[in-house]
Amino acid sequence: MNIRLNGADHTLGDGASVTTLVSHITGRVVDPSGQAADGRKIGVAVARNSEVVPRSQWAATALAEGDELEIVTAVQGG
Amino acid sequence: MTTASTHAASTRTDALVIDGVEFGSRLIMGTGGAPSLDGLGAALLASGTELTTVAMRRYSPTETGSLFQLLVDHGIRVLPNTAGCFTAKDAVMTAELAREALETDWVKLEVIADEQTLLPDAVELVDATEKLVDRGFKVFAYTNDDPVLALRLENLGATAVMPLGAPIGTGLGILNPHNIELIVSRASVPVVLDAGIGTASDAALAMELGCDAVLLATAVTRAQNPVQMGEAFKHAVIAGRLAKQAGRIPRREHALASSAMEGRAEFL
Repeated sequence: MNIRLNGADHTLGDGASVTTLVSHITGRVVDPSGQAADGRKIGVAVARNSEVVPRSQWAATALAEGDELEIVTAVQGG
Repeated sequence: MTTASTHAASTRTDALVIDGVEFGSRLIMGTGGAPSLDGLGAALLASGTELTTVAMRRYSPTETGSLFQLLVDHGIRVLPNTAGCFTAKDAVMTAELAREALETDWVKLEVIADEQTLLPDAVELVDATEKLVDRGFKVFAYTNDDPVLALRLENLGATAVMPLGAPIGTGLGILNPHNIELIVSRASVPVVLDAGIGTASDAALAMELGCDAVLLATAVTRAQNPVQMGEAFKHAVIAGRLAKQAGRIPRREHALASSAMEGRAEFL
């Protein structure tokens, strides 16, 4: 399926959830609670179609064709 | 009790307390403007900061190293900001994302009016403060040096008010010390002097005016020697705080000799 990720076109396998996407983008294994399996902080948040998807809902949130996803993290800033 | 031990006792009990969390350092650092994560880490350590702001931006897989992980590793608490937001709506969304990403309900609320001044937009700021407090956020409100607005933000439930010394990034210091003093005198939440700091004496002045803490970023990260400047600010904040507590002498119109006139020798 085709989605928009951080303002760019992105293709994903059908049936992908938010967890699938976060794992794919960060290269980390994400457990069902939305934490990185390696025990270190994953430090990202996800908005789907302008709604924040809580970490606990990542696994249960299936993505659909045309979804607009934003994945953000902490960067340097005053 | 000796002076030294009195002093030691007073510094031990002089923690900055925000939302029930104690900080030994009254220097809050920003992370903007540093050319590298390594350099930033060294400057943060030199400054002794225990609370540091970050911005929220799109995740980039090519970015090397994680700022969040760096702060976690150094035991520095993270304070996400809403930098770059021009409306209450954007600020609330950014705060929600930060809460999810960084697992904190603290937010430095920054709603600016335009890119030229980077000054807070008072109307949007009030609106956003109300909405975020309502959603359970602990709002650190970045505000103009306006005593009326500062009190309004506190009454709306802000956890701390953060008046600017001068516009962001200018390094002009504290342009209206009288207003800062007035804000401090009427506040019952922590007052953090935020923005405009150029060098160590500006931070000392903020503390002498009665601020509870100082927040700065580029004064350190863009200094020629960020590590040394970080250390300078660490001492400046301590010195200003001590001076405030020690009680300065009043300003006088005329000179006042400190040596007695009585008992002088007479010469022909």
